[in-house]
Amino acid sequence: MIRALAVALKELRQIRRDRRSVLIMLFLPAFFLFLYGYALNFDIRHVALAVQDRDDSVDSRELVAAFTRSTYFDLVDTVRSEADIEDLMNRGHVRAVLVIPEGFSREVQQGTVAEVQIILNGDNANTATTVLGYTNAVLGQVAVTLGRRPDVRLIGVEPRIWYNPELRSTLFLVPGLIAYISMITAVVSTALSIVREKENGTMEQVRMAPISTSAFIIGKTLPYLVLSQVSALLVIIASMWLFDLPMNGSWLDLSIVLAVFLVGALGTGLLVSTVAETQQVAFQAAMLLAFLPTFMLSGFIFPIASMPIGLQYITTVVPARYFLIALRGVVLKGLDLAAIWADLAALVAYAFAVLALSALRLARKTG
Amino acid sequence: MSAGPAIRVEHLTRKFGRFTAVDDVSFDVGRGEVFGFLGANGAGKSTTIRMLCGLLTPTSGRAAIDGIDVGSDPEGVKRRIGYMSQRFSLYELLTVDQNIRFYGGLYGLEHARLEDRRRFALEMAGLNGRENELARNLSGGWKQRLALGCAMLHEPPLVFLDEPTGGVDPVSRRDFWRLIDDLSRRGTTVLVTTHYLDEAERCDRVAIIHAGRLAAIGTTAELKARFADRPILEVRSPDPVAAMAKLDSLPTVEKTSLFGTTVHAVLRQRTITPEEITAALVGAGIQVTSLSVVTPSLEDVFLDVVDRASSKGAAA
Repeated sequence: MIRALAVALKELRQIRRDRRSVLIMLFLPAFFLFLYGYALNFDIRHVALAVQDRDDSVDSRELVAAFTRSTYFDLVDTVRSEADIEDLMNRGHVRAVLVIPEGFSREVQQGTVAEVQIILNGDNANTATTVLGYTNAVLGQVAVTLGRRPDVRLIGVEPRIWYNPELRSTLFLVPGLIAYISMITAVVSTALSIVREKENGTMEQVRMAPISTSAFIIGKTLPYLVLSQVSALLVIIASMWLFDLPMNGSWLDLSIVLAVFLVGALGTGLLVSTVAETQQVAFQAAMLLAFLPTFMLSGFIFPIASMPIGLQYITTVVPARYFLIALRGVVLKGLDLAAIWADLAALVAYAFAVLALSALRLARKTG
Repeated sequence: MSAGPAIRVEHLTRKFGRFTAVDDVSFDVGRGEVFGFLGANGAGKSTTIRMLCGLLTPTSGRAAIDGIDVGSDPEGVKRRIGYMSQRFSLYELLTVDQNIRFYGGLYGLEHARLEDRRRFALEMAGLNGRENELARNLSGGWKQRLALGCAMLHEPPLVFLDEPTGGVDPVSRRDFWRLIDDLSRRGTTVLVTTHYLDEAERCDRVAIIHAGRLAAIGTTAELKARFADRPILEVRSPDPVAAMAKLDSLPTVEKTSLFGTTVHAVLRQRTITPEEITAALVGAGIQVTSLSVVTPSLEDVFLDVVDRASSKGAAA
């Protein structure tokens, strides 16, 4: 124990003097959050909208007004003919065209389903999907306003989005960002700190001493566990401040989920360090191992359910996948640990697996 | 402390796949001895040391440090040895004092003993008053002595020095060897690997390892005795390359080697006189500045041992 403490104390002293480590641990996460938080904003406001109102009635004008009131759409043009629509779209002047057919008002008055058409620029599937979502939301509101009797549903859709009532993609993305940033900092800093010892020859010196591998690793990773935990909590607090992330669960539950995830991340860094001999290789391997799966295969950006089945299986060994569910559960839904136990268990299993694998690789080096 | 040699190595062998890095090596090192380990890079020195330190398991054979078997109790071995390599494995971002405290902690030294040994290490390295300097700001010689101090914190009866003087200036090298002599006088066994043959001359005994095999072992005097019947001539000439070619063609000359601008020629017999050789060279039109019989250096020994071991290996 005295030996593990000696290693931990040494590590802290080193970190304090090493500006690069401090930078990676504390400022890079904040920087990433800032950068990605604003860049990865799927919300679209002020979509340029043109309207072809063939009905030209009080009801149709009310519908158009509802679109502009929503602030999602800016009315930039009115259209007379089909040819104009194509022209406006081709020139990129508008992203969406609302077509209100003749007889719209009549259908509304009769209480039957009134149909309108929305034409979207589909060159960016994400944007189009989002705009379609807004359209449905606006139509839903209008249906209530225009409906003379509340029990009559006029315009097909009634979207209700839970947990993120304003449909802000930031709320969905920020937990992913937290996972992504924490994973990268924890993996990279652990891998680098161990490989640095290999490069400097101090690793060999330490191995000559009567200190067990586990004591060395505990001493070596403990400071990073504490630091990355603090760093991750800072990122979460910053997210609340910058992006109005709510906190519906308990901080204790959040810290537990975070700690389990970070142990797995540190273990991943350790595993990288058993393979890499230079800091450069370690950095690249760590980025690859932490960055790609967390970014692509965790459900952070691309929904797992829409992946090919092979990829879906691969995602089962990506820890961020479970962490995201647990984190969204605690932060957005206010769930307690009992409700997310399966994901927590998966994180524990991952941490055990990488630590065992690293220990095995370290032991084989001696043989 | 148990009786018997400080190091006992018996038929030690280590293979990496089909490559045999250390091949059936046996030797003993006595207590308090300064034992030199000579060999080219890749000859098997480091592999041997790593096995002696318990970092690497032998493929076959055994080694014991202070009577403790390396294979069965590597932790016990680690407690009894100090280790220092040419890289002076200090933490550059820590101060002198923090480095000492870290290595002390690594060896599990308790508070009072750590204080005591800290003073010893500072004294030994000559770094009193510079405790708070960063290790990276120390020059090579200071780093080297601090690294040795750190390796000796737990008072090991035995210390391994793996090319400890690499990249250090001659004055620091001399000072360092004084430290080694001090340790030896106080009863510490020292096993040192080196490229520098002048350093090897300062060892009590020397082992020469070549291609994984122990090619020769003994005191420097014993090793030089191999030239008792084969005098060595040192020839100076304005054209050493031509002189060397001519010497090689003489039946009385066993072999030659170039030492800077002088040529060393090993004669086949005691009875051959320097005059005969001079006459042969001058007869071939080669100027001779000087020609005399010299006492063999360890370098002559090393080259001779390696030559013979290689030709034996080639014949086999």
